[in-house]
Amino acid sequence: MAALLEVRNLKKYFKSPGGTVHAVDDVSFEIEEGKTVGLVGESGCGKSTLGRTLIHLNESTEGTIVYKGKDVTHLNKKEMVAFRREVQMIFQDPFSSLDPRQTVSDIIKEPMLLSKSMSKAKVEERTEELMDTVGVEKRLRMSYPHELDGGRRQRVGIARALALNPKFIVCDEPVSALDVSIQAQILNLLMDLQEQMGLTYLFITHDMSVVKHISNQICVMYLGQMVEKCDRNELFAHPTHPYTRALLSAIPTTDIHAKKERILLKGEIKSPIDPGEECRFCSRCIYAKEECKKAQSLTEISPGHFVACCRAKELTDT
Amino acid sequence: MADHTHNKKGGGHHHRGHGKKGKRHHIDPGIKPGSAKYIWASISHNKGAIFGMVFLTAMIVLSLLSPVICRYNYAATDFEMMKSWPSIKHLFGTDDLGRDILSRVLYGARYTLIIGILSTLLSAVLGILLGACAGYFGGVIDAALMRFLDIFQAFPSLVLAMAFCAVFGTGIDKCIYALGITGIPGFARLMRANILRIRNTEYIEAATTINCPTWKIILQHIIPNAVSPVIVEIAMGISRNGLASSSLSFLGLGVQEPRPEWGAMLASTRNYIRDYPYMVIIPGIFIVFTVLSFNLLGDAFRDALDPNFRD
Repeated sequence: MAALLEVRNLKKYFKSPGGTVHAVDDVSFEIEEGKTVGLVGESGCGKSTLGRTLIHLNESTEGTIVYKGKDVTHLNKKEMVAFRREVQMIFQDPFSSLDPRQTVSDIIKEPMLLSKSMSKAKVEERTEELMDTVGVEKRLRMSYPHELDGGRRQRVGIARALALNPKFIVCDEPVSALDVSIQAQILNLLMDLQEQMGLTYLFITHDMSVVKHISNQICVMYLGQMVEKCDRNELFAHPTHPYTRALLSAIPTTDIHAKKERILLKGEIKSPIDPGEECRFCSRCIYAKEECKKAQSLTEISPGHFVACCRAKELTDT
Repeated sequence: MADHTHNKKGGGHHHRGHGKKGKRHHIDPGIKPGSAKYIWASISHNKGAIFGMVFLTAMIVLSLLSPVICRYNYAATDFEMMKSWPSIKHLFGTDDLGRDILSRVLYGARYTLIIGILSTLLSAVLGILLGACAGYFGGVIDAALMRFLDIFQAFPSLVLAMAFCAVFGTGIDKCIYALGITGIPGFARLMRANILRIRNTEYIEAATTINCPTWKIILQHIIPNAVSPVIVEIAMGISRNGLASSSLSFLGLGVQEPRPEWGAMLASTRNYIRDYPYMVIIPGIFIVFTVLSFNLLGDAFRDALDPNFRD
């Protein structure tokens, strides 16, 4: 199947007084329709910036974004309006992503009223339908966000994103601000919606267990670069990049007898300001060697499994 | 003066904590919070606000009607009735020149109210504009504006107002300009801080992603969230400037004799405080109650406007 969204060599640099921040540096991937790509990495690695660049909250510095076979890297106003009808975002913090002065129904109605494509009565009807879909009780229509708990707020945020029947949704850590019990509810809601409406997700998170639950494909980012990219099962079965291995070893298990070797990362994350050529992970990598001082590129080590590490072959054998 | 305002705010907090439920549940749940109707309902259930509104309305009406309803002209002297204690003839007594204090106090309300309201509106309008520009555009504009306002804020506002009056002269209009200009930095800072806080919230980004045009984001999302502290500040500002106008007049820099500004009345009779305390106490009480009324109204507005304090 053809990819719904294709990202080629995307770069997003920010100018700062200390130099250029390489927030997203030469990232490529594609997402097939109806699938979920999980994007993982520690905080500050540029995963949110990547998501925000896709939906044009930031303009990309270089590279191309292709949506449905059409180049959408640079859009004029009219194209942007059309684009944002199909591509939506669910935000990380449900406590700040809803306007405190709008009621629940105002928030859900807003995108429909702005699109001017529906009659008032239709908007009302659709609002009720959406509240039903995301599981927010109708009695809360006139409530303000601060009167709702985190889970319900996030449901309202999801309803707003769904209002115009988008095809593709960027989920920017949608559950990281929620209680664990609520996290599962929201994740299941997102998966149900995907099934019903054929949605495609880019799911940004730092939580490996969440990404395991929801993704088909997983991309691992480190300091603005993609270090590993493959199928979910493949990643958990054969993690190859040293950074991915460290991430996976940090997942807590419930089996007290399982002997787990935790890879403790030493040292600090490098500064994203003018990071240079070398492998960005090498200063913390337990396998680092002289050849790691060169630039690394994503190479396919087995079908569909890409790793940006020059020692990947050796590591898979160990 | 600053301490006074501060205490008032602290008091408001406590009051909200204890009395809110009882105060609020009278409001018809069908009224949409945030609407003008809701604000009115909320304020009209607040006893302090009712007191403030009744007192201020009474002052305005009585002050306007005082030439008609008062038996004496505020400036008419009666040397036979000098320094007479309150009686049926002169309800609040007379001052050292035999002028009727009741007539003077009622007529004088207009000065405090006019100076307080107009000077606050002047500082609010200019302050909001400057603060909104600084907050929205940021960068060089922000830095230039705020440094300029820092110069103003480096002086205590009463000292600055006194300097202004000393240079440009005394009188009602000068007093309004002086107090209005010294109040600008406060409003500008408040507005700038609000805009900065709101600009970076996710709901503004969310509005962008649902194709909300920039002007609509400013009008529907930024301003409604930024403006309610400013409305409260206006009510507080009126009481502050009313008090400051009395202070200026007391110091001989504001409204001049024989105009019966309350501060000027205090100043001209302060020598008699030991023997004829009523001469000082009566204008003082009016100053206190006017300031208190505006503060109570300000508190009520804050409660009514802020959705986060609703139950």
